[in-house]
Amino acid sequence: MLTSNQIMEINHIVQIGRVLLDEHDRYSYSFDASFGTYLPDAVVQTKHVEELAELVKFANQEGIPIYPRGQSTSLSGGPLPVQGGIVIDLSVMNDILDIDEEDLVAVVSPGVLTSAIHKAAEEKGLMYPPDPSSSHVSTIGGNMAENSGGPRGLKYGVTKDYVIGLEVITPEGEIIQTGGRTVKNVTGYDLTKLIVGSEGTLGIITKAILRLIPKPPATATLMAIFSNLVDAGRAISNILSSGILPSKMELMDQASIIAVENYQPMGLPKDAEAIILLELDGHPLALQDEIIQAERLCYVVGASQVKIPKNDMEKEEIWRARKLVSPAIVRIKPTKISEDATVPRSKIPEMCERLQEIKRRYQVHLVLFGHAGDGNLHPNIICDKSDAEEMERVEKAVAEIFTAAVELGGTLSGEHGIGNMKAPFMEMELGTVGLDMMKRIKKAWDPNNIMNPGKIFPEPGQKLELK
Amino acid sequence: MNETMEQLRQEFQYDKTNQCVQCGYCLPVCPTYMSMGKETHSPRGRINLVKMVGEGRITDLSVLEEPLSLCLGCRACETACPTGVEYGSILESARAALVKRKTFSFPTRLVRKMMFKKVFPSKSLMNFTGHSFWLYEKTGVQKLMRKSKLLHKLPHHLGEFEAIMPKAASPKQRAHSYSYVKAKGERKYTVAFFTGCIMDAMFHKINDLSIRLLAEAGCDVYVVDKQTCCGALHAHSGEMNDAKELAKRNIIAFEEIEADYIVNNAGGCGAMLYEYAHLLKEEPKWKERASVFSAKSKDISQILISCGGVPDLKIRENERVTYQRSCHMTNVQKVTAEPVQLLKGIPGIQFVEMKEANMCCGSAGIYNMVNYDESMKILDEKMKHMKETKATVIITTNPGCLLQMKLGIERENLSSSVKALHLIEYLADAAGMK
Ligand SMILES: Cc1cc2nc3c(=O)[nH]c(=O)nc-3n(C[C@H](O)[C@H](O)[C@H](O)COP(=O)(O)OP(=O)(O)OC[C@H]3O[C@@H](n4cnc5c(N)ncnc54)[C@H](O)[C@@H]3O)c2cc1C
Ligand code: SF4
Ligand code: SF4
Repeated sequence: MLTSNQIMEINHIVQIGRVLLDEHDRYSYSFDASFGTYLPDAVVQTKHVEELAELVKFANQEGIPIYPRGQSTSLSGGPLPVQGGIVIDLSVMNDILDIDEEDLVAVVSPGVLTSAIHKAAEEKGLMYPPDPSSSHVSTIGGNMAENSGGPRGLKYGVTKDYVIGLEVITPEGEIIQTGGRTVKNVTGYDLTKLIVGSEGTLGIITKAILRLIPKPPATATLMAIFSNLVDAGRAISNILSSGILPSKMELMDQASIIAVENYQPMGLPKDAEAIILLELDGHPLALQDEIIQAERLCYVVGASQVKIPKNDMEKEEIWRARKLVSPAIVRIKPTKISEDATVPRSKIPEMCERLQEIKRRYQVHLVLFGHAGDGNLHPNIICDKSDAEEMERVEKAVAEIFTAAVELGGTLSGEHGIGNMKAPFMEMELGTVGLDMMKRIKKAWDPNNIMNPGKIFPEPGQKLELK
Repeated sequence: MNETMEQLRQEFQYDKTNQCVQCGYCLPVCPTYMSMGKETHSPRGRINLVKMVGEGRITDLSVLEEPLSLCLGCRACETACPTGVEYGSILESARAALVKRKTFSFPTRLVRKMMFKKVFPSKSLMNFTGHSFWLYEKTGVQKLMRKSKLLHKLPHHLGEFEAIMPKAASPKQRAHSYSYVKAKGERKYTVAFFTGCIMDAMFHKINDLSIRLLAEAGCDVYVVDKQTCCGALHAHSGEMNDAKELAKRNIIAFEEIEADYIVNNAGGCGAMLYEYAHLLKEEPKWKERASVFSAKSKDISQILISCGGVPDLKIRENERVTYQRSCHMTNVQKVTAEPVQLLKGIPGIQFVEMKEANMCCGSAGIYNMVNYDESMKILDEKMKHMKETKATVIITTNPGCLLQMKLGIERENLSSSVKALHLIEYLADAAGMK
């Protein structure tokens, strides 16, 4: 709890912004898109970087925990104020969005919505490739802190591949710059890359320079239907090894297909075991050739049907199927545990088998879809939070999903981050020393452990809890 | 108060809040989140507060008051929500649960009681309100008030609202009300016209024109005498029992006529009529009848389009028209294409869509009176987009929105170059009706 003196001081420091202390406001900053509710003692909104740095300095002196927050769409508990303290709402810091066509960069404030950057870049014939499906709601600051990815990751990489410079408030309240406006930069340690993906534990990002690329002139789409999940897996590797690099390659399993069909019938075959959706981008002439080649490759491994849309409307219709998966599956049961275990591409068929086994063993409603092209699968378990017995089985199933991913040479998280949810599994992936090296970095940056405490690193004895 | 957790949970519709996966997809469409800039005034935030009550984490219910009362109830969040959270229903029940437990200050209680129980439901009292406006204009009191600057001293910014009141119909005009008008030419439908309380009191002329336009387009139009207020203002203010009572009275009144459709011309009322089925779904005796009523309820634009449009429209020149959607028409009735189609059917006009066309204008029933400052922030944003269109005419389909647009025009000093009209007025004018 903050003392009244501390509150007075905070109110004194925050002049341009505002400090929210009412219970209704504090409760409104107590959750994200994952689990758990933690009440902060105060919420601060300010557009002023120096003011914010001053506040962090004070918090550091007093040992008050600070939690940066974008729009709280995190699926891993990232912005939750798990130890009380102050939530900093950075979504209000949204005034800069400059596109520099000559340097091919965008300069942005952390609260700008990712979709706004997409739009601004496209208006100038450019592209900012990272495209989390939450781009219409999530902030670029949140994307950087989580190192978000999306379907285009396959061809273009993820957020970290496009952040070249940052302005950051350190946990001790200093303002530093990392990187710059050049794509090439090898001066010293790459702090930019260290901060991207650090989930707000190493500082607060207050400005960023993002790399842009020319927008590909055209796209082509293909949908292939398979009566066998393993064939679908083979189609994926065949296409990728044929020299075609799709911009997106998405997989939907039978459970997803059925859920979508039951939710909004659009003529998907319910008896198919898998659907693959493909998008290619590039020069229109090259696309004509590549899409036919991709179609042939799908048929070769046993696709039962391949559809190539003829116009934009048909194209959209095809992608709509994929977009509907998430909303469709929560109609089955209210709670959705959305995982993002990621495996090397070659291990996708094996991972699929392991998941089917987990589904059977724990009798959970597991739905599988995701960015198959880069191995980033989204096994989702659909359950009911209020059913304690079921949640116990779900917890075990989730733990086993992580184990399977790591055993197959993959990772706990492809894009949603670790937060407080996956912290208990960190050592499994990194090993004791690996995790300890990370802890030492954290200690050096944030000696008083005030910046987003309780995230990434497990507390002694911490276990996954979904109840 | 001695009540069980279970009771609270049910009253607040806790189960429905569980449908929310807190994804935040509803944030960018919420006008109050935009204008007030905190999660507390976002749909996700409001749903979470209700959820916290259901989980026993919030026990002091007054914590919910401000966030819930500052919601416009525009339900844009519902349209945006990928998982189909029934926000409107959560809001309605939470407000009702709060009202039930709240002791209003004496004057507020009196005004609430008078307005909700006596004025809106009473045709004669609403008529009286209409007459009073007419008297107010005719007797010169208006001039006097305006000159004396007394208006600025009125509570709830009534002064500002006074300036934008439509020209009242005279008692003689009001006394002349249609009860039946025969279809021109071959009859396409038999319809019953819903007059609405505020619509009838303040926009009598628009009702008259609606009836004549319907007949012109080929409908036999009946105006049932015993109909009453739709109950929307009651429902949105948490007075659910009153709302149900009014719904039943309307159902009975309209059952007298075996119309193909029950037609209304006010987006907000229309949405309420459309939701009678939902309102009465737990009353076995009424459920079925309410469903029939709701299924027949249509916005006038839908019927005019079904009839093939308004015949004989004259060319309009040099008019740039934009359309301020009624939230409830968009988000509840989901009627979005027809009004635009009707507008585009008028020869000669240039139709320009404004940015964020689906965003609420801040009128929201009596929101603009109760939460004046918040409402004006939202209106100012709307007028910014409106000005970008360079439109000369703003069309609306709901009395509240119409008044709000007029207020916006006044605030921006645009009254010499821009006018706000109800779709029906505009169509009737284009059809050469007086
Ligand atoms: C429906 C849905 C779909 C999603 N799809 C994807 C997807 O396709 N790909 C993907 O990668 N993720 C996805 N996510 C997860 C989430 O949207 C991303 O992690 C997103 O980047 C979070 O952004 P935010 O602005 O909401 O940040 P928040 O959730 O508020 O915060 C996330 C983390 O960032 C930190 N943080 C926020 N701002 C700053 C800052 N300025 N400086 C330092 N730290 C900061 C917080 O402390 C926290 O640890 C999805 C989420 C939902 C609900
Ligand atoms: S969009 Fe729907 S599910 Fe998502 S936060 Fe809003 S109400 Fe909840
Ligand atoms: S009804 Fe309108 S104002 Fe209320 S939460 Fe939903 S979008 Fe916001």
